[in-house]
Amino acid sequence: MIRLEDVTKVFHPGTVNENAAISHVDLHVNEGDFITIIGSNGAGKTTLFNLVSGNIPPTAGRVFVNDVEVTKDAEYKRARYIGRIFQDPTLGTASNMTLEDNMMISYRKGAKGLGISLNSRMREFFREKLIPLKMGLEHRLKDNVGLLSGGQRQALTLLMMVLSEPELILLDEHTAALDPKNARVVQDLTMRFIQDYHLTTMMITHNMHHAIQYGNRLLMMDKGEIIFDVSGDEKAELTVDKLVAKFHEIRHDDLSTDEVLLAKNV
Amino acid sequence: MIEGILVEGFIYGIMVLGVFITFRILDFPDLTVDGSFPLGAAIVAILITNNVSPFLAMAVAFGGGAIAGFVTALIHNKLKVPNLLAGILTMTMLWSVNIRVLGNKANLPLLRQDTVLTKVTDMTAGFLPQAWAVLLFFFLVTILIKVLLDIFFHTDLGLTLGAMGNNQQMVISTGVNPEGLKIIGVGLSNGLVALSGAFAAQYQGFADVNLGQGIIIAGLASVMIGEFIVRSNRIGILTLRVVLGSIAYRGIMYLGRYYGYYIHLTPNDLKLITGLLIIVSLIITKTRTGMRWNRKKIVANGAPSVPGPPEREELEAAEAVPAGKAAPAGGSVKNAKGVSAT
Repeated sequence: MIRLEDVTKVFHPGTVNENAAISHVDLHVNEGDFITIIGSNGAGKTTLFNLVSGNIPPTAGRVFVNDVEVTKDAEYKRARYIGRIFQDPTLGTASNMTLEDNMMISYRKGAKGLGISLNSRMREFFREKLIPLKMGLEHRLKDNVGLLSGGQRQALTLLMMVLSEPELILLDEHTAALDPKNARVVQDLTMRFIQDYHLTTMMITHNMHHAIQYGNRLLMMDKGEIIFDVSGDEKAELTVDKLVAKFHEIRHDDLSTDEVLLAKNV
Repeated sequence: MIEGILVEGFIYGIMVLGVFITFRILDFPDLTVDGSFPLGAAIVAILITNNVSPFLAMAVAFGGGAIAGFVTALIHNKLKVPNLLAGILTMTMLWSVNIRVLGNKANLPLLRQDTVLTKVTDMTAGFLPQAWAVLLFFFLVTILIKVLLDIFFHTDLGLTLGAMGNNQQMVISTGVNPEGLKIIGVGLSNGLVALSGAFAAQYQGFADVNLGQGIIIAGLASVMIGEFIVRSNRIGILTLRVVLGSIAYRGIMYLGRYYGYYIHLTPNDLKLITGLLIIVSLIITKTRTGMRWNRKKIVANGAPSVPGPPEREELEAAEAVPAGKAAPAGGSVKNAKGVSAT
């Protein structure tokens, strides 16, 4: 459904700071895929997401969604079918507005009109959807989102995104800024939503166990390239040790010097 | 005296509503206001002296202000100029435009012309003293505009506009073009400011290109004074306190003008007072939030009888966010910054 063709992104071209964040990446995301992405800092994971979401234009190459080229489409246009959650829990919601306002804004994507959609029926609907989060948020529809904890905000962001029915969701280490307990809650919630709503997913993680445990496909990135793309049974049989060995085999480099290994014990 | 303060409070209150939209809701400090206020006055003055219906003249004034706002937003959007600079650019250009509108003159009197006000006083001549008729009229107009704005901010578009100043990324994520929202918001704001200028010209009996000097600061001071009155997250209360803040500000200025000589103040000192007023407001707001913060901490640490979990989680939230931002663990925050810089 999403296809990247020979995509390259160079930051600050022609200067001493020139930096090829993504070089010649080809990627085909199939409908229903749940892809986990690992790689050290600076490997280009977030840049890859920025290119898919349209946050930045590629230096070269093309991006397709359902065989329609969207390379030049602005981020807000692509956001109508791509949902994205950031590491920073404050980026997904407006802190000085109430829960119900936030949920209403994100419920219908695209240009907004002068109709008033937030009525008692919508409130009841939002309340119903908040109950399964088990965070008591269903009683706080009129509270400002700024009063919620990071975990609650991230869970709310996740719910808001799911309700807007995206075709693809991008999770950019969305639990990394949370404390371990909340991180687990949000991760479990994510897994439930992905299953219940059959969401095509790409998830960046620093946790190798998560990368192996979740999803049907795993990408390993290094220096702007996808160096390892595994799916199906081979993915199911992966272990952390096999992954480390694989990196060594491909890069002839010792992964233990790399930060990826630091995350092994997380 | 009191009706003078109230009338001025309501007239300028319309302008303050506009300033509130850009400064507080859009987080777009817009200095166009200093130019769009006299623009409204100039448009209404020239049209009325050319025997156009004053009500039509008001509508044109609103449109003129809105266009000035569009220009600022477009300069900001398309040329990637910082919003402050975009506003200053438009404001400066408007000074020349306003003189053109006034027919190459710096001011235009409206004496013995049919204005909205003479129509109102004619209509109520039998049963209301003139001063009270004017007051009632401006009360109704300002409240009508306030209510219309309240309704607007309950619509889907208005809600999204509300999220804009707080979190532009979220607006993008919901598939809305933030540039379009800025054009709508800044245009609406300057339309209101021009409308306020148009009323001010008719109330004072003349239009002058220098009418707009310091309007933005007066508007900002009014917004801040209003924020002391009541704390709320409901838009109806927010706009109400804007109007109340405007009246309070006019009251303070009135006192300065008429009783200031007791402490050797002259009308020339009013701008200094306005500036100091804003600084004092900022200081009070700052210490206030500091006090609230401390109190919350004490409650969370000391008293288990208070419903504990939400309070504690609030604290965690406030602490977790900057920690998350600072953590070097993920490239996302860093990259996002790098992207916006390119």
